[in-house]
Amino acid sequence: MNRDALLELLYMLSNTPGTSGDEIEVRRALRPHLEGHVESLRVDAMGNLIAHKKGTGAHDLRVLLTAHMDEVGLMVVDHTGEGALKVATSGSIDARLLPGLEVRVGPQARPGVIGIKAIHRADEDENVIPVSALTVDIGAHDREEALELAPIGTRITFATTAHPLGQLVAGKAFDDRAGCAALVALLQGPPLPCDVFGVFTVQEEVGLRGARVAGYTVAPAAAFVLEGTIADDLPKEEEGSPTSEIGKGPVLTVMDRSYVADPRLVRLVIQVATAAGIPYQFKQPGIGGTDAGTIHFTREGVPAITLAIPCRYIHGPVALLDPQDLEHTVALLRASLEQLTPEVIQRP
Amino acid sequence: MNTLELIQQLSAAVGPSGREAAVSDVLRPLWEPWSDELRTDAMGNLIALQRGNGAEPRPALMSAAHMDEIALIVTGIEKGFLHVHRIGGTDCRALLGLEVTVHGQEDLPGIIGTRPPHVLSADERGRIVPWEKLFVDVGLPHAEVVARVSIGAPVSIQRPLIRLQNDLVAGKALDNRASVAALTLALQQLRRREHAWDFYAVATVQEEVGAKGALTSAFGLNPTLAIALDVTFGKQADDNGGGTFPLDKGPTIGIGPNFHPQLVQRLRDVAKSEEIPTALEPLPGHSGTDAWSIQTAREGIPCGLLGIPLRYMHQPVETLALRDVERTARLLAAFTASLEADYRPRWEDEQ
Amino acid sequence: MDLELLTQLTQAFGPPGYEEEIRAVIREVVTPLADSVWVDPLGSLVALKRGTGGGKKTVLAAHMDEIGVMVTYVDEKGYLRFTRMGGISPLMHIGGRVRFADGTVGVISVERREDSSKIPALEQLYIDVGASSREDAPVQVGDPAVFMRPLVAQGRRLISKTLDDRVGCYVLIETLRRLGPTPDDLYFLFSVQEEVTLSGARTSAYKIDPDMALAVDVTMTGDTPKALPMAVEMGKGPAIKVQDSGMIAHPAVRDLLIAAAERAGIPYQREILLGGSTDAAAMQLVRGGVPSGCVSIPCRYVHSPSEMVDVTDVEQTVALLSAALAPA
Repeated sequence: MNRDALLELLYMLSNTPGTSGDEIEVRRALRPHLEGHVESLRVDAMGNLIAHKKGTGAHDLRVLLTAHMDEVGLMVVDHTGEGALKVATSGSIDARLLPGLEVRVGPQARPGVIGIKAIHRADEDENVIPVSALTVDIGAHDREEALELAPIGTRITFATTAHPLGQLVAGKAFDDRAGCAALVALLQGPPLPCDVFGVFTVQEEVGLRGARVAGYTVAPAAAFVLEGTIADDLPKEEEGSPTSEIGKGPVLTVMDRSYVADPRLVRLVIQVATAAGIPYQFKQPGIGGTDAGTIHFTREGVPAITLAIPCRYIHGPVALLDPQDLEHTVALLRASLEQLTPEVIQRP
Repeated sequence: MNTLELIQQLSAAVGPSGREAAVSDVLRPLWEPWSDELRTDAMGNLIALQRGNGAEPRPALMSAAHMDEIALIVTGIEKGFLHVHRIGGTDCRALLGLEVTVHGQEDLPGIIGTRPPHVLSADERGRIVPWEKLFVDVGLPHAEVVARVSIGAPVSIQRPLIRLQNDLVAGKALDNRASVAALTLALQQLRRREHAWDFYAVATVQEEVGAKGALTSAFGLNPTLAIALDVTFGKQADDNGGGTFPLDKGPTIGIGPNFHPQLVQRLRDVAKSEEIPTALEPLPGHSGTDAWSIQTAREGIPCGLLGIPLRYMHQPVETLALRDVERTARLLAAFTASLEADYRPRWEDEQ
Repeated sequence: MDLELLTQLTQAFGPPGYEEEIRAVIREVVTPLADSVWVDPLGSLVALKRGTGGGKKTVLAAHMDEIGVMVTYVDEKGYLRFTRMGGISPLMHIGGRVRFADGTVGVISVERREDSSKIPALEQLYIDVGASSREDAPVQVGDPAVFMRPLVAQGRRLISKTLDDRVGCYVLIETLRRLGPTPDDLYFLFSVQEEVTLSGARTSAYKIDPDMALAVDVTMTGDTPKALPMAVEMGKGPAIKVQDSGMIAHPAVRDLLIAAAERAGIPYQREILLGGSTDAAAMQLVRGGVPSGCVSIPCRYVHSPSEMVDVTDVEQTVALLSAALAPA
């Protein structure tokens, strides 16, 4: 897939709304890009979209690839007398970002805003306003109208439309629509030596939930998880790890809070990257968690690794990534799968 | 047996997480007449099967209500007094002065006490008593206590059910014996109705310590769908904002990632046609119930959740409305009976 | 007490996910003792001793992995920042040494802080491998390391790093050595990744699908000065677990262990552990549920570089397991 097509896909996926448990629009957006490139496509009981891409038969090896469809957002939990919506977070959102935002409410994508008491009238308080004290205003007259337009359970997402920005691209939900775009790009390519199940998982943001079921259902010999990960390469007071950096290539997880990546897969990816001249970096160990965290302990165990595209400001309304990093991630994934043989992960 | 008597009996049963056998023993004779099969699995979950009348292979609905209660456990014996700690989320702010039963070699009555305020500093007096400073006093000399009580002995709250106005009741372990009662009533009601699906009533273990019984029983039964029954936060004087629900206005129906949207809609539709009042309970993340464990068992199990509003959760004065227990039972039974033999929860975009 | 074996076990390198070295040590010892030996996808080692027939399937698990650290950043001057692999308390490690897989040794120290009366955060510690710059540092981000302390036997006490849980591995090996005929199929599981996720035990138990599971691990004691109250003391015999922060032992399994101890005249203690858990917590929830329990070796200073156990406790743990596994 060329860069323009890849970015167009990324923009389209980024603009699609889909919080945890409500990924239907993302599935709808993905389907046309998968049909014709994979042997089968189905939706499981949790809403995971499972694509089977048969291998060439060179290896008797079943590999699971995942990228999660859900993004962080809000859910309507109550209504005020003035017609405002009270909300709770779906997934973890940095509450500092919320005041002043534009959002989209419900399946009709109604515009809404999050505003707080004017500074002129507010008490001096350095503390962040908790989400429970914030409201979303869609312009409803009163509680009744609010209830009708946005009933309890309605989902709310950031309102960002993806676009280029300098040498980078900006948009919401790059965690993990960037991973989804990369997975689509891989599945659109020629068959691989191994049998591939590409699963677009649900509910990663509320506990790596869909991936667990995907791991059990597919029962693979190995798993590669695609993510959009933290790039903390902003100015700091003290020198320290940036977790990952934009423009330095795909990010490899060696260990995070949810699992230890299989060292044999880490070695493989490093060898492949080095031989192919693809830049790569290590994610700062011990930070965050990904779908590999629940896949690796399904059934008899699954050696796993996470490859991620570095993104600034993930879990906020506008994330940034470098298109080169996205391309390199697709290339590195494909090359690694081409070099993955049963011997790499065979049990001693 | 009417609802009040059922709740009285279930509340009085002693079943701390991990030691639920006594509750199981109370339930078995209550479930047996309404079940085609009744068994206990490896972890102690009690499972009743009421077969449907559809052609085989029949789809199955599993309904789970946890039978364990929060309690205390003996961690040490000092000068004849028992040191205790929690089993599950026991609220140490609401324990002082309570009467308890220590389940040692035999059951011993006891009282939870601490040093009197007169001898404490002003600072200590203003603080909640930490676990290390709480004691259970069984009124016996040290040697006797050591002979009759082992480390690890569970301690349960003694609190016979209290009848309040308006058919409200208060007591211990209504989280979640109220739901077990509802499940029992549903089992009875279903026996008198036609239903195509198999119905599994499961009294699960160890929910209070991580929804463990639900996880393993769901794996074992691998049902087509599951409805969990639990209690939820009732509106009370000091907590009546978002996330709390009025008593005696019917059960809540959970909405959020833990629950299949089609099941949520169907529960609401059935409630409407049965004229059972309900409220939607938004749960954007971890639902804190058995449904959370059940949903990701095996290849995924579509779930729903019914919640009975309850005040003062995890204190020995948990309060709820008897009518809400009955409404929950009716809704569960009507929902189960409504399921057509070929019904399966689907996603709108499935082919 | 086979001190040579225990020394070899405690000193072998094996942080979570990187257990090759310790696995090779254990594999060599257990292969001649078992009917079948294999390694699971995540790296756990299983040694099966088949029964005479008609019995149950029992898993006995001790974890091979040890706590450690992983490099998160190499600064300009070659100092390393690190994160935990398993439960690490900064207080325990300042001034200590670490060893990387290739043998590189590092010293753990701490930044100068304004308020030195506070316990430093892990982020304020660093490792010095003696490098002069980032470029000539022999280690990189993602490299794991373990703590360094030799084993010392002093009277009836043993002091070493990583008694958690190499002493448990030792107990399993000794139990396997002494095994008599039994109808039961016994799976001796040397699990990986217990210190981070319990994933080794979980997945290996899934594969075995046992009727009962027992973990053998260390537990804390309440017998040191002003310790958190706990009714377990070193030197008073093996501890039979009632519950810990991750699991309630199945009463039937707990009682089976107590009955075996009483039958064989072995002193035992009842254990409630408020902070910490074992492989049994994961094995218990596998498939449709597995009745599980745990036998613990009382251990002072758990997760410090100098853990301490009593030789008699260790020997009696072997005796207790052997009695519990012997046909009734």
